[in-house]
Formats: sequence, structure tokens, C-alpha cells
Amino acid sequence: MASIIVPANPSEARAGRFGVYGGRYVPETLVAALDELEHAYDEAKMDAAFQAELADLLKDYAGRPTPLYFAKRLTEQLGGAKIYLKREDLLHTGAHKINNALGQGLLAKRMGKKRVIAETGAGQHGVATASACALFGLECVVYMGDVDMERQELNVKRMRLLGTEVRGVSSGSKTLKDAISEAMRDWVTNVRTTYYLLGSALGAHPYPTMVRDFHRVISKELKQQILEKEGRLPTAIIACVGGGSNAIGAFYEFIPDRQVRLIGVEAGGRGPALGEHAARFKGGAPGVLQGTYSYVLQDDDGQIALTHSVSAGLDYASIGPEHAALHDSGRAEYVSCDDATALDAVVRLARTEGILPAIESAHAVAEAIRIAPALPASDILVVNLSGRGDKDMGILARELKL
Amino acid sequence: MPIRFDHKPGLVVYLTAGDPSLDATCEIAVAAIDAGADVIELGVPFSDPLGDGPIIQRASERALARGTRLRDVLALAREIRAARPAAGLVIFSYLNPMLRYGLRKFTDDAAAAGADGVLAIDLIVEEAAEYLAEMSRVNLAPIFLAAPTSSDARLEAIAKYSKGFVYAISRVGITGTQKSITADAKALVERIRRYTRLPVAVGFGISNAEHVAQVAEFADAAVIGSAIVELVENSTAATAPGAVARFIKGLRLRDAALAR
Ligand SMILES: Cc1ncc(COP(=O)(O)O)c(C=O)c1O
Repeated sequence: MASIIVPANPSEARAGRFGVYGGRYVPETLVAALDELEHAYDEAKMDAAFQAELADLLKDYAGRPTPLYFAKRLTEQLGGAKIYLKREDLLHTGAHKINNALGQGLLAKRMGKKRVIAETGAGQHGVATASACALFGLECVVYMGDVDMERQELNVKRMRLLGTEVRGVSSGSKTLKDAISEAMRDWVTNVRTTYYLLGSALGAHPYPTMVRDFHRVISKELKQQILEKEGRLPTAIIACVGGGSNAIGAFYEFIPDRQVRLIGVEAGGRGPALGEHAARFKGGAPGVLQGTYSYVLQDDDGQIALTHSVSAGLDYASIGPEHAALHDSGRAEYVSCDDATALDAVVRLARTEGILPAIESAHAVAEAIRIAPALPASDILVVNLSGRGDKDMGILARELKL
Repeated sequence: MPIRFDHKPGLVVYLTAGDPSLDATCEIAVAAIDAGADVIELGVPFSDPLGDGPIIQRASERALARGTRLRDVLALAREIRAARPAAGLVIFSYLNPMLRYGLRKFTDDAAAAGADGVLAIDLIVEEAAEYLAEMSRVNLAPIFLAAPTSSDARLEAIAKYSKGFVYAISRVGITGTQKSITADAKALVERIRRYTRLPVAVGFGISNAEHVAQVAEFADAAVIGSAIVELVENSTAATAPGAVARFIKGLRLRDAALAR
């Protein structure tokens, strides 16, 4: 067998690199599994039968295509750009996460893996994975931080009902980051039998590419739908960014269309101090966390910082590497939205349109509410409404004193 | 100093730097060397040690809670080097603290402190070009991990880019103690030897004299990590050096008995 070639320059373009970002920063034990996964995915991608099976499931099981809805009342209230909502919230299990869970679940089955593990923050990826595993007859274990188990309790119960074992994680910040570390420890230990179904466009190659590909369907549909409805491309696409999967899925097909602004919204949390938010592009610096080189919230000794967001799904110290590259190249813009503004947007959307968004998605809605009034009525904003807010009723009842 | 395994079997002792304190880690390291450790691996505590089991996770949390920083670990390395000039000394770290410190500055300072090598647990050979260049610039030995799951092609690359020794992971898993050494370890060491004449050290889960004796049958050295970190956890700063020294002396007893 040929020797592995070590590139002279780490930024040299290779599979799994987005500019200088991405790569594979993992313990050696996992490399073989990542190679196996990359190989299996490359084959599945080219396999018409696999793609057809996935397309059927996305249509009849998950409910694709999702509508592109013109939010007429919200648009009129704001008096500026037209606002459309891409309704990922209407998907089975309540968020975009099912696109990826079905894709990777099928892949796990194809690879002959019987046991699936996953991490979850808001619990949406956990519920999507639990559902996919029930559907494919796979054993499923989901790691979830103790803090998230408490604030997204409904999703914990849903996962259990679906036959999944939910394992609480009590280390570190007890949120998504710690759930990923624990899932990776499980994977290192059980790598020969276990499929790690990672839930965002994060982690070591091939995950950021593969997860993005499974969510690309969002921007494929969106492009066709907006051309049908408006006969032209939108002014901007706005999406919240936790790890970055719904955003990259909504952006991807528009990257070559340079006139379309791509706006990612990070969690501004309680304020700009380190530890109070999850705005990686504002407070972070390039570094390595959990397999990938990207922007990371960290202290000046390279220790990973604590984060805060009212939304569990955005509460993470790093961001998918493709977003880091889109940020540095200037192709996408990243802003942040604080907790209070996101909660206001939940209420606003609920009361003007009768749509209850997930608090994650409300961060993107808030950005549309902020910028629409100053834009001409001929402009079009599309918000990727990544999920619905049913899971957040506990937090909303408390925060809004319902 | 080149890394050498003068004792048979060789012993590499992992310590989480700063647990229970930097001074205590220095005393424990010196006691370990005097008791027969060939190489000390100084672990840099990290907030998110995803390759480590609960024992080293807890030790890292304690060390970080005391404010241990990478520059403190390098100062500690310098002290150990001054106290025991002939021992092997390796810095064991996750990549991000080194990146944040700056790879150039880190390798400069680690070499100046008297370290012999560096082991970055989440850095694989394919991603290591810049690191390898910096390491070789200051004559530090890059030590890579080899896993039972590594392909032959990967083992060849790992062997090619490692200096000092190759670290063979005894089993598929994270750090932590275990009951017995699996067949994985022996098979892996045999595969590694096809590609290198460097010494091979076996680590992860080696916890007692019996394990050390088993490893000695096919490898040059055993790495003792979690078992010693747990001993430190269950001792005080004052009693830990003695406890660690006794433990290390005991590790070679069964082997000595077998040799007779
Ligand atoms: C509804 C919803 N939107 C967004 C996210 C954030 O993830 P990502 O950035 O990968 O889309 C989550 C994660 O849990 C979510 O549940």
C-alpha cells in the first residue's frame, strides 16, 4: 500500500478542507472509521438506488418539499422587504434535522451498523435520530447535556418513547459540546460496531460535507420555489447558526449567486462577555475543537470557553468549518441576536402569522424583523424557519410568564 | 536528551500537570523517575479531553480549577529537567492549547525547557505538516499514536514521522484502567515493528504488574496513565510522591520474579 502523503502546507486544498478550515483532528483510533465512512458515503452518493430511497423517505415520511410561505402580515407590519419563510418547521419531528438523520440512518444501515449513537442539544437532532433508528430498526443511544435535558425535557421523553436510550452528560458545561465529547468517547470505544450520527455540519471530515449535502435539499427547493413565485432570486437568505447545518443547507445552492446575501445569525445570549453568548465570529478565534479547525470561543490559554444561549441548539463554542470559510471570504455575513430579541421574535411571529418558531429559528426571524423595514418593498428576504417551537413551551412559559 | 529505555521493561509514567498542584506534580515526577520511570509524560490539562476516560477528565478539571496554564506546564518541565537531567520528558497535550500558544513559540519553549518530545493526542500525521516542521526545527521528537484500527499504510506513516518511540494504543477505546490486556495490543506492536526500529511503548489501561509483565513480552515499554492519576487523586500532595514511587517499584516485581 502507498504511504500517506503529508502535505507541505496544511492549508493545501484537500478533501474536507474549506479554505484553511475543516480537516480531521481526532484520536488515531477514529481515523479508520472516518475513512470507512467517507468511502461508504462517496459510494452511496453515486448510487441511484440509495438516492431514490432517500428521496422517497424525504417526501412521504418527512414531508418534503416544505412550503415557501409568504409572510404577508409580518411583511405589511414591517413595511419594507417582502419576507418569506422556508417551512422546515413543518417537517416530521419538527425541524430540519430529519433531513440529515434519514440520510445518515440509511447510510448506517447500508454499512451494516446495528448501533447508532448521536449527540443532541435542543433534542431535535436526538428526536430525528431516534425516529430514523426506529424506522430502520437500529439500536440508538443519544448523549445530551444535563442542562439541555432539563430545558428540553419534552424531547427527552419523545426520544425515550421512540425506544432510544438517552444518556445524560454531567461534565463541563453540560450542554451540546459535552454531549459531543461523550459521544466521541463512546465512538472511540465501540467504533467497530457503532455508527456516529453527528447532527450538524461539524466535526471531522467527512461530516461537515456529508451533513451539508443532506441539507442541500433546502436550498434546492428554495431556489425553484422563489423563482416560481417571484421570478427572481431573493435579496437575502437568513438562517440561525448553531453548528451550521440548517444555514449551510439553506445557503449552499446560492453561494455562486453573488447578488444573494447570505446572513447567518449566531446566539448573542445575554451579552458580549466571554461565556455569555455563542457568537463565535465576534468572540472566537480559529482553533480546534472536536475534530475540526474553525472559529472557537476560547480563553487566551486555548481552553474552550463556556457559552450561553436561551436556545440549546445554538449554545455551542464552535461553528461548522464551511461557515468559517464563508465568513473569511466575505461571501456570507454573520450577525448575532441576543436572547431577549429572539424571544420577542417568537412572540411576534406567533401573533402575526400564527406560527410558533423554535427559539433557535427565532434568531433568524429577529434579523429579518430588524433589517426588513429599511429595505425597499422590492427586496425579498427568505428566513429559513429551521424548526417549530413546541419543544420550547417550558422555556417560553417561564420566560414569557404565560 | 534522546529518549531511552534503560530499564527492562521500560516505563512511561503519565501525570496530569497541576494535579493536585504544580509543585506536587514536580515532586511526583522526580519520585517516579527515582523509582524507575524512564520517561515522564506531562499532561497539559484541557477543558474538553475527548480522548480521556473519567479519571483523567477529573484530574484535568482539578488542574484547570487551580489555574494551571500551558506556560506553567512548560515551567514545570524545566524544573523536572533540572532535577533529573537524564530522564525522558514528553509533553502530552490536546492540540488547541498548543495552537493558541503558537506552534513556533510552543516548540521553542518546550525545547528550551528541556522536553525531549511532544505527543498531541488529536493530531494525526496527515494534519501535522506544520507541527512536524516546527518540531524538527528545535529537535523535539514528535510521538504519534498508533491504534489497533490503524491500517498498515497509516502505521507506515506513523512510524516514519515518529521519533523517540511509537505509542501503541493497547485497545480500541479511551484512556482508563482495565482488567486485562487484549490481543489487539500484541498484534499492533508486531505490525508496527514491520515499519520501524524505534522502541514501541504500549499504553491505555495498563494498571498493574501483571499487565506490565504481559506487555514486556512483546513491547519495549508500558505507559501507565490512569492508574497513577487515580493513585494521585486518592493521595494528598504530601503522600502522593511516596505512593507513586511504591506503585512503580511494584510494577516491575512480577517481571523480575518471572525472569528468575
Ligand atoms: C430548530 C433548530 N434550528 C437550528 C438548530 C441549530 O443547528 P444547526 O446550526 O446545525 O442548524 C437546531 C439544533 O438543535 C434546531 O433544533
